[in-house]
Amino acid sequence: MARYLLKRIFYMILTLLIVATVTFFLMKMMPGSPYANEEKMTAQQIRIMNEQYGLNKPIWVQYLIYIAGVFHGDFGVSFQYSNQPVSTLIGSRLGASVQLGLQALILGVILGVIIGAIAAMKQGTWVDSTATVISIIGKSVPNFVLAVLLQYYIGLKLGWFPIAGWGSFSQTILPTLALCVGPLAETARFIRTSMVDTLSSDYIELGRAKGLSRTEVIRKHALRNSMIPLVTLIGPYAVALMTGSMVIENIFNIPGIGEQFVKSILTNDYPTIMGVTMVYSIGLVIILLITDIVYSLIDPRIRLAGSED
Amino acid sequence: MAERVLDVKNLKIDFHTYAGEVKAIRDVSFHLDKGETLAIVGESGSGKSVTTRSIIGLLAKNAKIVGGEIDFHGKNLLDIKEKEWQDIRGNEIAMIFQDPMTSLDPTMKIGQQIAEPLIKHKGASKKEAWAKALEMMKAVGIPNAEERINEYPHQFSGGMRQRIVIAIALICEPEILLADEPTTALDVTVQAEILDLMKDLQKRVKTSIIFITHDLGVVAGMADRVAVMYAGEFLEYGTVDDIFYNPQHPYTWGLINSMPTLESQTLESIPGTPPDLLDPPKGDPFAARNKYALKIDLEKKAPFFKVSDTHYASTWLLDPRAPKVEPPAEIQRRWAKYAKMKQTASNS
Repeated sequence: MARYLLKRIFYMILTLLIVATVTFFLMKMMPGSPYANEEKMTAQQIRIMNEQYGLNKPIWVQYLIYIAGVFHGDFGVSFQYSNQPVSTLIGSRLGASVQLGLQALILGVILGVIIGAIAAMKQGTWVDSTATVISIIGKSVPNFVLAVLLQYYIGLKLGWFPIAGWGSFSQTILPTLALCVGPLAETARFIRTSMVDTLSSDYIELGRAKGLSRTEVIRKHALRNSMIPLVTLIGPYAVALMTGSMVIENIFNIPGIGEQFVKSILTNDYPTIMGVTMVYSIGLVIILLITDIVYSLIDPRIRLAGSED
Repeated sequence: MAERVLDVKNLKIDFHTYAGEVKAIRDVSFHLDKGETLAIVGESGSGKSVTTRSIIGLLAKNAKIVGGEIDFHGKNLLDIKEKEWQDIRGNEIAMIFQDPMTSLDPTMKIGQQIAEPLIKHKGASKKEAWAKALEMMKAVGIPNAEERINEYPHQFSGGMRQRIVIAIALICEPEILLADEPTTALDVTVQAEILDLMKDLQKRVKTSIIFITHDLGVVAGMADRVAVMYAGEFLEYGTVDDIFYNPQHPYTWGLINSMPTLESQTLESIPGTPPDLLDPPKGDPFAARNKYALKIDLEKKAPFFKVSDTHYASTWLLDPRAPKVEPPAEIQRRWAKYAKMKQTASNS
C-alpha cells in the first residue's frame, strides 16, 4: 500500500506540473492585459506596473518564478483584489463552494441511488418509466432554470427559504436543491442500469434459492455490486461540484470560488486564474486517488497495482 | 416401500411471450423417494430446468402454472405464498446452479456466503454459522479452509467454487437438492470429483437429489432412476439399468446411440430439431425426427406402457398391435446384455 501511494503521489505531482505549465502558457496567449484602463495609463506607469508584478521579464523566467512559488504554496498576488495573496483569496471563498458542492452531491447521490434502485426493482412498470423521465428532465433542464424556478416558487411565493445570500443553513437549501439535480439524474440512471444487470446475475438467483426475500437479496447482494460503477462517476462529479458552479453561485449571490474564476478570466488576473485552476486540479487528482482506493475497498477483485498480495 | 418426499402430478407450465404461449411443460408427473437420485435427461430446451425451478418456486416472471400439483409433505408447492417459499428455499429444498463462476457474490467473503442460509433458517448466531461454514468447507474438500474462509470468490478455481456452492446448498441439510447441470461448466477431471463429492455428501446428509443433465455419461454413475424428457414431456423413465440396457422409446435409443463408446468409429447424432412449443405437435413430440414412427404417433401421444414395475415408456411400439422394429445395433447389444443380467439375477 505504501509503495502504491508513493508511486501515485509522484504521478500526481507530475500531472499537476503539466497542468500548471499548460495553463500558464495558454493564459499568456489570451488577448488583453491585466490593466482595466490601459489607455489612460502612461508608458511610464505601465513599465512600473509591469516591473512590480514581474511582467517585464521573459515569459520562461516568469514561468520558472511561478512554478517555484507554487512549490512553496505561494500563488502570487491578485492583480484585482487590492493586492491580496491569491491563496488567501481562494481560501476565503473555497469554503462556501465546498459546503454547497458536498451538500448537493450527498443529497443527489442518495436520492439517485434510491430512485435508480426502485426503478430497477420495478423494471418495465410505470414506476420505472417515471424514474426514467425524472432523470431525463434532470439531465436536460439546465440547473440555472431550475434555480430561478425554485427562487420564484419556493423562495418568493411560498416563502419557505431565503432566495439568496450566504451565511445561514436555510440559505443553502435552494442552491443545494438546484445543484443536486445533476448528480441525482446521473446517479439514478447509472444505478438503474447497473442494478438491472446485477439483478439478473446468478448470485442473485442463488440468494433467492437460499431463502432470502427480494429485499434481503437487494440489500445484501445487489446494492454493493451495483454501486461499483458509480464510484468512478462520483469522483470527478465531486470535484466539479465542490470547486463551484459559477452560474448557481452567481444566481444565489454566493461568495464562492466559481464566481471568482469568471471574474479573474475576464480581467486577465493571471495569478488568480492560475490559483483556481491549480486548486481544481489538486482536488481532481486527490479525488481520483481516493476513488481508486475506495474502489479497491468495495470490490475485492480490484487489487491496487504495486501493493502486496 | 421407500418414503416419498416429493410427488409431482400433471405439471403444466406455459411461458407468455410476444409470439404467444409457449407450452414449456406439458403434463409431467414423477415422484422422488427419500435418499435417491433422480436424473432428468434431455436436450436443451426440453424443460428440465423449468421443471426443477417450479419445485423451488423460482420460475421466470412470464411463467404461468397452468395445472398440476407438486406435493411436498402434504403441501401443494404450487399454491403456497412467497413467505412460505422463503422458509422452504435453502432450508428444505436447495439448489445448485450450472455456472459456479457466476453463482457467488463477487464482493462477499466465502464464509459469509456459506453461513447465510444457516443464519436465515436456523437462527444461528454469526459465530455458530461461521464455525459450521468452516466445517462445511472442510466437508466439501477445500484445503486450508481456515484461511480460505476469509477469501473472495475470484480467489477460487471453478471446481472449488462449485464445491462452495454445494456447501451453501447443503449447510441446512435439505431434504431435496436440485442440481441443474452442476458439472457442465467444469473440466472433465473436475466433473468426476464433484460428482463423487455429491454422492458422498448425499449419504451423509441423507438428501434426495434431482439431477438435471444432458450428459448420459454423468447419469450412469450418479443416478438411481432416470427420466428422459423431450419437448416438455417425459417419454420414458426407469432405473438406470432399465434406461441404459433396456431402453424402449426411440428417443432414448437415439440418446444412447449418440454416446461415443470405445468401439465407435463415427459420432452418431439424432437428425432434426425439437418441435416448436408455441404450437406443439399433437402426437408423440419426437415423431417428426423418429425413423421408427408409426402413423398413430403423429396423431395421438402414446400412454405410458409398463415395461416393468420400475420402468415405463410412452411409445406405441410397446402396443401389442405395433409392428416389430429393429433398433440400432448398439441398442440390440444392450438388450442382449440386459437379458443376461436378468438371467444371472434370477439364477442367484
